[in-house]
Amino acid sequence: MANIPEDLRYTKDHEWVSVTGDTAAIGITDYAQSSLGDVVYIDLPRVGDTFGTHEAFGSVESVKAVSEIFTPVAGEVVEVNSALNDTPEKVNNDPYGEAWFVKIKMSNPGEADAMLSAEEYEEYLSANS
Amino acid sequence: MEPTLKEEAELKKTPLNEAHRRLGGKMVDFGGWDMPVQYTAGVIEEHMRTRTAAGLFDVSHMGEIWVEGPDAIEFVNYITTNDVTALADGQAHYTAMPNKNGGVVDDLLVYRFGPEKLLLVVNAGTTDKDWEWIRGNAERGMRNAGSGEFVEPNIQLRNASPEFCQIAIQGPKAESILRTLTDIDLAAIKYYWFTTGKVDGVDAIVSRTGYTGEDGFEVYAAPEFAEQLWNKMLEAGGYGEPDGILPAGLAARNTLRLESAMALYGHELSDEISTLEANLGWITKMKKGDFIGRDVLAEQKEQGLERKLVGFEMVDRGIARDGFDVFVGDEKVGYVTSGSPAPYLKKNIGMAYLPPSFANIGQEIKIDVRGKLLTAKVVETPFYRRNK
Repeated sequence: MANIPEDLRYTKDHEWVSVTGDTAAIGITDYAQSSLGDVVYIDLPRVGDTFGTHEAFGSVESVKAVSEIFTPVAGEVVEVNSALNDTPEKVNNDPYGEAWFVKIKMSNPGEADAMLSAEEYEEYLSANS
Repeated sequence: MEPTLKEEAELKKTPLNEAHRRLGGKMVDFGGWDMPVQYTAGVIEEHMRTRTAAGLFDVSHMGEIWVEGPDAIEFVNYITTNDVTALADGQAHYTAMPNKNGGVVDDLLVYRFGPEKLLLVVNAGTTDKDWEWIRGNAERGMRNAGSGEFVEPNIQLRNASPEFCQIAIQGPKAESILRTLTDIDLAAIKYYWFTTGKVDGVDAIVSRTGYTGEDGFEVYAAPEFAEQLWNKMLEAGGYGEPDGILPAGLAARNTLRLESAMALYGHELSDEISTLEANLGWITKMKKGDFIGRDVLAEQKEQGLERKLVGFEMVDRGIARDGFDVFVGDEKVGYVTSGSPAPYLKKNIGMAYLPPSFANIGQEIKIDVRGKLLTAKVVETPFYRRNK
């Protein structure tokens, strides 16, 4: 069964969000990395880029497939994890830790509260996989 | 992230389906077959292990068709591009079945068991189409080049696909692993030759063939022995040890064949692509006499090709995928047939159809990667060649 930390928020697109103040770190879930297989390439936005809710902000590619990654929350990119360019395998090895993709300063900090809880995401996964 | 849900209900299964699941195989629908795309080690490790030690592949989904009778050689020569008369008993070759328009019905292996006995090994997804095509041509008969009349060949055809499992053991350790399970003199089997004998006490056909660019063997046996042979090969290959054999899925099979620039039907070859365009002139023997599609191929040869298969590697960061458009300047000039990261070469590579004027080594091309035009260049193929 996929690992789903209690303290994060989730989307049905298999992204996670970790909120600190008005900043949200975004990554993809353990289930997502496992479905993709070996991740070899990540395309990330630039600091200063702004995105609305559910906009494609980058992509993650495995040997077999490419998936777009969407912003669960609207806001401005304040930090990009450029270390992933050279070590994309971190997405497989540590999806909730070292493999955060971007940090976004939320334009509507309440937005994350509407996302799935760990329990809800787990229910969603068991109903849809 | 939008993983697709798989429908398992109506998929065909090979005799190793349970074995794949026990090994943690991630099962996918591959042309109607429930097949492992990878196991727990993952595609990169499975690929690398096949290059450095050994990989074990279930290719039981492939189709097997017997052609027997006095006209077997003549008939198969008529429906394929390579020269079957050049085969000796115990020898096999790679070939293609052309259609009347110069396209390809399928690419396949032909094994010569005797002057009146040939085995055709065809792709899984095309087995039914191939069987109908072959049967139809046997009924229609072979065209006599002089009179133009069609003569029915004296042959018997049999689709024997369900009677075989097929296991490919590939990699530098393939021979030493298989040697522990058989009395067959494996060292005496040359590349693209085969023999019959016992493997772990089971009647088998063993050929020195494969689809990975490595040395290795393909072992055919009755399906009820599939699990026994599979498990014995894993055990003999030290599965579980750091440099032991690994079961390898379809994803690794694809990246291995792509590094070796081998064609995959439906990508580099199709009903609309000729062997000449696909760089398969070496299996297209125009001098052997008449065969289906020969007229169109002769015309292509005379007038020159409109497109040609090339290998490329990405210069910019990014991965070209199947179907992406290729540009030179502002003009769309071709498309990618297969594109992927190459785990052993650690580059992003692919193959594409381009007009011959842009097919020279070193040619810079642009590939439309989801709206971004990224630079790539035409390179020599195969991308990877093993040290012999």
